[in-house]
Amino acid sequence: MAKQKLALIGNGMAGVRCIEEILKIQPERFEVTVFGSESHPNYDRIQLSNVLQGATTIDDITINDWNWYKENNITLFSGETVTNIDTTKQIIYSDANREVQYDQLILATGSIPFILPIKGADKKGVTAFRNIEDCEKMIEYSKNNKKAAVIGGGLLGLEAARGLLNLGMQVDVIHLSEYLMDRQLDPTAGKMLQRELESQGMNFHLGKQTQEVLGEIGVKGLRFSDGEEISADLVVMAVGIKPNVQMAQNCGIPVNRGIIVDDYMETRIPNIYAVGECAEHREMVYGLVAPLYEQGKVLAKRICELDGKAYEGSVLSTKLKVSGVDVFSAGEIFEDEKAKSIKEFNEWNGTYKKVMIRNGKISGAVLFGDTKESNNLLSMINKNADVSEYLKVGTSGEPSVSLVASMSHEEIVCGCNGVTKGDIVTAIESNGLTSIEEVKGCTNASRSCGGCKPLVADILELTLGAEFSELNQKESICACTTLSRDEVVAEIREKNLTHTREVMNVLGWNTSDGCSKCKPALNYYLGMIHPVEYEDEKESRYVNERLHANIQKDGTFSVVPRMYGGVTNPDQLRKIANVADKYNVKLLKVTGGQRIDLFGVDKEDLPKVWADLDMPSGYAYGKTLRTVKTCVGENFCRFGTQDSIGLGIALEKKFERVGTPHKVKMAVSACPRNCAESGIKDLGVVGVDGAWEIYIGGNGGTHLRAAELLCKVKTSDEVIEITGAYIQHYRETANYLERTSVWVERVGFDTIKTIIGDKQKRIELNQRLDEALSVLQEPWKEIIESNAIQTGLFQKVKIPAISNK
Amino acid sequence: MGKTLQKIKVSTVNEMPKNLGKTVTIGYYEIALFHLANGEFRAIENRCPHKGGVLVEGIVSGDHVFCPMHDWKISVKNGEVQKPDNGCVKTFNVEIEDGNVYIVL
Repeated sequence: MAKQKLALIGNGMAGVRCIEEILKIQPERFEVTVFGSESHPNYDRIQLSNVLQGATTIDDITINDWNWYKENNITLFSGETVTNIDTTKQIIYSDANREVQYDQLILATGSIPFILPIKGADKKGVTAFRNIEDCEKMIEYSKNNKKAAVIGGGLLGLEAARGLLNLGMQVDVIHLSEYLMDRQLDPTAGKMLQRELESQGMNFHLGKQTQEVLGEIGVKGLRFSDGEEISADLVVMAVGIKPNVQMAQNCGIPVNRGIIVDDYMETRIPNIYAVGECAEHREMVYGLVAPLYEQGKVLAKRICELDGKAYEGSVLSTKLKVSGVDVFSAGEIFEDEKAKSIKEFNEWNGTYKKVMIRNGKISGAVLFGDTKESNNLLSMINKNADVSEYLKVGTSGEPSVSLVASMSHEEIVCGCNGVTKGDIVTAIESNGLTSIEEVKGCTNASRSCGGCKPLVADILELTLGAEFSELNQKESICACTTLSRDEVVAEIREKNLTHTREVMNVLGWNTSDGCSKCKPALNYYLGMIHPVEYEDEKESRYVNERLHANIQKDGTFSVVPRMYGGVTNPDQLRKIANVADKYNVKLLKVTGGQRIDLFGVDKEDLPKVWADLDMPSGYAYGKTLRTVKTCVGENFCRFGTQDSIGLGIALEKKFERVGTPHKVKMAVSACPRNCAESGIKDLGVVGVDGAWEIYIGGNGGTHLRAAELLCKVKTSDEVIEITGAYIQHYRETANYLERTSVWVERVGFDTIKTIIGDKQKRIELNQRLDEALSVLQEPWKEIIESNAIQTGLFQKVKIPAISNK
Repeated sequence: MGKTLQKIKVSTVNEMPKNLGKTVTIGYYEIALFHLANGEFRAIENRCPHKGGVLVEGIVSGDHVFCPMHDWKISVKNGEVQKPDNGCVKTFNVEIEDGNVYIVL
């Protein structure tokens, strides 16, 4: 039987998502043709703001690459726009003079950005923020221009503004309303958001209407209706979107604001459907991702002629994707006579919560500063939960299990990957899964942003019952074993195990050779337990540590020579410059830890580069002491009370090269102004008049954590003694890949303080650390001097093109 | 007509540390050659189907290599990407003769 012809107009998230659903249900039934005006494969438009903000790349946001279309036998006409549809003969016409017959047709033409109809809106330097080209244009502009103006203080405008800040531009945001994100937030939350973004460097013009874009050919500035003018080289219009329905309308498909569809996404023309932003359902047009997924699912079932639930509309919810700002909003957000709210406002911490109640049911919520409750609240709003349930949840201490229990199987748990509760429960039951990792591996849930992890854990607990809580008591080091870190370390000590393979054999690993998680972990534990005898296994090291350089995305490496305490001299700088010239280094960059990073070195050239540099390795790649950042200190600074550079160098020289569970960063500041940022380091030292304060467990990474004051000592020798004990205690008790910030919280700050405070323990810890330090050698030098290592690890084989006989 | 298969010497068994890979370029092919723990040799295209990561630098465990970029797990025997990821990498035949390692192209 000939396959049915299914056509999709619009190669975006909504349409392709629906095709994916159809392929899941009936992979063989249709011959699929896709038309897309953009010349890219299907990408995640929501992530464009992250591309602009530099958090990810365009490659990273591709959802389905060219191969996907090929593998699924989908004919894709990209960069081609459909101009007409003959809805009677069922034929599509494109601007490339193509005619395609269809049996079923999905319209997913999305929406187009709204451009204000003001004078000068067509000038060079005015752009929307909607697609990859817009994004690229903004990046390009930022290279030669300083000032950007963003019109629109809504979600998209603020995300664009944050991106432009990241690109080094000054940013003015112009907004019609008196407060930001007025569609999603109330004035309280809007003002809090404004303060936060002002502290990030944005400048706001609120209650302003833009009247004209100024400039000759290119943009020079903006004039508002009150006559005020500002200068700008780039204008981004982010004032909203409108459904892209022109083509559908021309073909006689009934359109209101969007293409009118029923509860099964059918238009009023036979065999034509619409999903996503171009569709209007029960007088609602959606511009968010969750509704597209729901609509896509319903339509897929319809097209495959399966009985399925009707689409009944979606609750709107929003999260702002701007780093450092947590904002969530869902459902209705404004009080009136009938709708009441529960509010919590903490000006000190900068958090705000408002939960809306209509007729005794939870109907909406706004969260600012702390959005942990967002998943729970969204779920309650979705199922119209009773306020008593919310209040019960708020006090019972263990809210989420009951919440997950009441979720329907169709409800989406992982919004990034569109995984439903049903998908997860089925995967757990049919594959015997017991951990979040396994669920992640099997269903992709929580693989992207990780926000739904708590929900996945609750579903596991709910599905497995008592079995789960038992399993959950201990976390195994990876899927190859059920043993925890502490059990493995205890067994290694007790049975005196000396090789990773031996550990795996003796302790009954369920794989013969381990995996990328347990191999490096075991290698570390063995080295920590037997510092002198253990021979480090290069093959159990991640590439950066094996090759003593950082791998970059193109397969080249970057190299950081050590500069103790961030101090250098003309000789070193000359050497670095010469090496950069000789090996065509692509980028020279000063790192956050006050050193110089040389990028783009080929693997084979690494030993030569190190030999020419003739400096020690800076271990920018290592699970070890990275760098000790210092401020200028007493010799030059007006405020410096202590010799921070001297102490920084002493610390770095003493503790360099020793392996730790994760990287360790230190800093020494010479006064409470703390120019070396000691408050967010694994170990930070702050000099005050006549003493040093020692702080531990700080982190400036993904989970920002302020370090805690461990103690105050008089001399730099004492600082070194305390630091030694601290590092060794961390080496001996932390899980592999656990930063001190997490370790301090898990083990308890007071416990650590007590151990380090015990003179006898401190001496013992330092003795064990000194033993470990005694056998370490400079790795770059070792490699330069060993032909065997160079041949085995660094040399490539190159054979010229073979002849074709 | 088409070309005939060629055996190309690329290394010796002794030169290849176990559980590690070596980059081999033959004409326009870039190949990751692995010496497995069990003594076998395997050769696959040096490019992860995900984002083009250089597989030769990955951690090798049994018959699999973990891409150093984003930890995709790939069989060095048949080139198949392991679940939950999807894809396949080209594989090449390897022959050992008198302690020499040959790739057959």
